[in-house]
Amino acid sequence: MIMKFLHKLASPPHFYRLVGRLIPWLGGLCLLLLLAGLYGGLVLAPADYQQGEGFRIIYVHVPSAWMSLFIYMVMAGAGAIGLIWRIKLAEVMTISSAPIGAAFTFLALVTGSLWGKPMWGTYWVWDARLTSELILLFLYLGIMALYGAIEDKRTASRAIAILALVGVVNIPIIHYSVEWWNTLHQGPTVTKFDKPSIHLSMLIPLLLMAVGFKLYYVVTLLMRARNELLVRERNSRWVAEMVTGK
Amino acid sequence: MNELSLTRALYALLKRDLLLAVRRRSELANPILFFVLITTLFPLGIGADAKLLQSIAPGIIWVAALLAALLSLDHLFRSDFEDGTLEQLLLSAHPVSLLVITKVLAHWLITGLPLLIVSPLLALLLGLPADMVGVLMLSLLLGTPVLSLIGAIGVALTVGLRRSGVILSLLVLPLYVPVLIFASNAVDTAMSGMPVTGQLAMLAALLVLSLTLAPLATAAALRMSLS
Repeated sequence: MIMKFLHKLASPPHFYRLVGRLIPWLGGLCLLLLLAGLYGGLVLAPADYQQGEGFRIIYVHVPSAWMSLFIYMVMAGAGAIGLIWRIKLAEVMTISSAPIGAAFTFLALVTGSLWGKPMWGTYWVWDARLTSELILLFLYLGIMALYGAIEDKRTASRAIAILALVGVVNIPIIHYSVEWWNTLHQGPTVTKFDKPSIHLSMLIPLLLMAVGFKLYYVVTLLMRARNELLVRERNSRWVAEMVTGK
Repeated sequence: MNELSLTRALYALLKRDLLLAVRRRSELANPILFFVLITTLFPLGIGADAKLLQSIAPGIIWVAALLAALLSLDHLFRSDFEDGTLEQLLLSAHPVSLLVITKVLAHWLITGLPLLIVSPLLALLLGLPADMVGVLMLSLLLGTPVLSLIGAIGVALTVGLRRSGVILSLLVLPLYVPVLIFASNAVDTAMSGMPVTGQLAMLAALLVLSLTLAPLATAAALRMSLS
């Protein structure tokens, strides 16, 4: 029963139509969450007693930093599925994730350095987390460059899947080696179980933003995947039927 | 046609690769020349202050080794890919990952080992204390095979491309970061008189890890490139 549903979902024409109907709903929900999170974070939450108003950048910075890693994991997972079972849709998801992940990584770096200027007195420091985030950006760019360089897109999908899996093994190693090398970044404080912990009025908007960013990823991923599917399947009948309107 | 046993096949492959390298001696010298050249550029660029040079010597030598390894990587599979040998290797009955390890070993003997041998010279040029040379060589001994093993994945992914140079460096250099950190840190720590067993153990761990996993990824990538 479930397998049958999954099989049907993985067929490009069905996926294309179903997702086309889903996107407006998900997009609307994403917009609501982001608006609520921004209002809560920029207006309702009190200023931080140490960092003043400057801390509010975490409402963009922290969720995008989370997303940068999360998307890489999703990408590698989809890559593995595509590599093992040769599911077209998984291959499409792998490459569609890469630019979004790169964008989030870039956003995390930019907001981080904007925050760093008033807090640390400099835009860029060779701090462990900043450096590993930068290396993550290079990993994303490498995947995109490799995909662009290989002519045959199914081969290219397998290539980037292998590369993404190699990256997954390496990310923890890179992270801890860089951490050992140098650290200045403040430790993670977004937790309720450990001290120092974050106040609830600051935490709730942050979580809203985090879920909003996730939905944004889902929506853009599905939109990109639809485009990619159309390009890849441009010679198949269902695309022709859809375009000519039969 | 009689089948070669696995050990004999691997030995034959190793011998063939080494022989091919010896026949092309000028190519053999290129990575070493590159390594030495890069290292001599640094004092020219930042001035001959002996103290400064000494403090950044481990980093310079390791970055130069990284670039030299990167430069020589393309030879690993390129010519075999172009003349069809690689296809025959993949068609053979033996596990591709073991063949990959053998090729990487030959490649390391040709490009990595010479770096190791000339490194004391560079260490003296940059004013590294004589008793640090041992640590430097040990870090190179443990680190450069990792560079070859990880690099093999990148080469296998890009061997089918016509111009792979820039992409190869984009793929491989981020993955080289841990080796660079631990290796140059080992020499740095040794210079301040502290024990370096931790860093060397990490390098050895990286070597074991890449020795186990990288050939599998390389084999998969080669199959992809030749499909």
